[in-house]
Amino acid sequence: MEELGLLAQGFGIAMQPDNLLLMVVGVVLGVLIGVLPGLGGANGVAILLPLTFTMPPVSAIIMLSCIYWGALFGGAITSILFNIPGEPWSVATTFDGYPMAQQGRAGEALTAAFTSSFIGAFVAIILITFIAPLVAQFALRFGPAEFFAVMFLSFACFVGMGSGPPMKTLASMFTGFLLAAVGLDTVTGQLRMTFGSTELMRGFDFLVAVIGLFGISEILSSIEEGLAFRGRNAALNMKVVLQTWATFPRHLWLLVRSSAIGCWMGITPAGATPASFMSYGVARRVARDGNSFGSGRIEGVIAPETAAHAAGTAALLPMLTLGVPGSPTAAVLLGGLIMWGLQPGPMLFIEQKDFVWGLIASMYVSNVVGLIVVLVAVPWFAAILRVPFSVIAAIILVVCAIGAYTVKGAEFDIILMLVFGVIGYVMKKLNYPLAPLVLALVLGDRAEQSFRQALLLSDGSMGIFFGNWLVGTIMTLGILMLVWPVWSAVSRAWRVSHPARG
Amino acid sequence: MDEPAGRVEERGISIGLAEGVTALLLAGVGALAILDSLRLGMGWGEDGPQAGYFPFWLGVGLIVASFANVFLAFRSGIGRRIFLTWEQGRHVLSVLLPTLVFVALIAPLGIYLPSVLLITWFMMVLGRFSWPAALAVGAAVAVLAFVTFELWFLVPLPKGPIEDALGF
Repeated sequence: MEELGLLAQGFGIAMQPDNLLLMVVGVVLGVLIGVLPGLGGANGVAILLPLTFTMPPVSAIIMLSCIYWGALFGGAITSILFNIPGEPWSVATTFDGYPMAQQGRAGEALTAAFTSSFIGAFVAIILITFIAPLVAQFALRFGPAEFFAVMFLSFACFVGMGSGPPMKTLASMFTGFLLAAVGLDTVTGQLRMTFGSTELMRGFDFLVAVIGLFGISEILSSIEEGLAFRGRNAALNMKVVLQTWATFPRHLWLLVRSSAIGCWMGITPAGATPASFMSYGVARRVARDGNSFGSGRIEGVIAPETAAHAAGTAALLPMLTLGVPGSPTAAVLLGGLIMWGLQPGPMLFIEQKDFVWGLIASMYVSNVVGLIVVLVAVPWFAAILRVPFSVIAAIILVVCAIGAYTVKGAEFDIILMLVFGVIGYVMKKLNYPLAPLVLALVLGDRAEQSFRQALLLSDGSMGIFFGNWLVGTIMTLGILMLVWPVWSAVSRAWRVSHPARG
Repeated sequence: MDEPAGRVEERGISIGLAEGVTALLLAGVGALAILDSLRLGMGWGEDGPQAGYFPFWLGVGLIVASFANVFLAFRSGIGRRIFLTWEQGRHVLSVLLPTLVFVALIAPLGIYLPSVLLITWFMMVLGRFSWPAALAVGAAVAVLAFVTFELWFLVPLPKGPIEDALGF
């Protein structure tokens, strides 16, 4: 068990006092970000990323990943107490969480949400600990064709399994790839799609896009109804916590199933949001009295929270092992790796053992830290939402502008951020999924590079993508994923026009 | 999720219009990409695909997907429902317009003064705070940002004539 030894070493790094401190700071910031509208996990990490340039990479990723865990925890607070999902993946938590709070069972709902988040994350971390090294080992044999195939598969998954309508997913993805292509072409050194503008020569930075698409757009949609927060009071005492924990063994099967759904959806880039909905839906269908869901059932909180947190955590597995992130936040963290001078991909497990295992060990510790922080500090976090929206919104806008500027020190990026904000607002309202756009923007250059390198190796023959069983299998799976929505639409139309006879 | 409730008495921008304009803009982006790839060469060079190959086919894909989306929206019959009521639009503009001014002012004035102005404006106009309270919060945020970024993390933010006059 080589992994266990490395993991123990990792714990040595993660438990260093300054790293522990960064963990607490990260988790608290993350919960704050998760609670506030307009500051999500991806966006929050993007804004803080430029501040970590001078830190050692391990400390930097520990802090940033803790922000992510904190945001995953924090989303549940607003869902349950205010019926406002702080994050998209906690929408499903409002269905039963808010009714529970209305019935005076807010403490029970919050404890259930936090604990199941913790369990979901824990299962995913164990999965990462033991599977990630194997995947990385395997991926060492990958050439450009295989890497392109993996990226092709993950984008095909968005179309086949994602939450958005397939055609809109495609449109969103193509836009992301096109934006990624703007600027200097690394293969030929030509300038592409800059149309003579010097500002566009730098290309579109995905951090700026993330801040606009997820931050500014969120503020715009929050204000639509002239938002006023009306929340329930939160008080967690030890008795409620223990009572709720005592009921957890009864939900063992639910927890296992939700974790499995979450891990699967996190590794394939479907992400935390569809995972939470799917898990909720399955729990409801499986339950004997499924109709009582939505009226304050604890299972309705456990299912989506477990899956969302498992998915959010599992999304780091492909990011670390293949350099293909499973969620927008994982994509932002991947951007961080590159900025700290690390090359994401399987070599990371060989060349940067301290970094990888420090991060994995920190995930164990930080989720414990996170659970304690949220259980203790819920009332304070809830109090933040009593600050009037006019104050919070203005401050968030300023913070977003500063974040967009600090990415590259370019004032033009603040304008871009605002443009992306409006685009994101409209696209979200029209049901265009935004995650494919962001991932395409992040991976665009690398996808194109692997594509072109592969074709260089094969003298321009597309046959290289089906050259051996491995790359052929991945490509075939990807094509099946792409065809899936077409197939299901055709078969549905067939069933409608040809009702079953007899 | 964001399916707008199409109440009959409310008026505003229809979903059909919003879908159409969005698709048109995306198709426009696709067309720009195709135009530029033709300049770069979108074919097959000696060393594999040329620089314009990827963008060209992405552009084609984007245009096709955009038209498909308009067609699908038209066929689903939700085009007449309300995308944004005038009331909602007014709320959104009450945030968007001041933000626009804020961003426009950053180039000439640096980021600090516009931030104070934005926060003060939001609190006074949207939150109905008194001007001393609003100004105090705005100034506090600006000072906090200055201390955090310029002094603590040593990240310079945009500065204008006022910061120059103060000697930074």
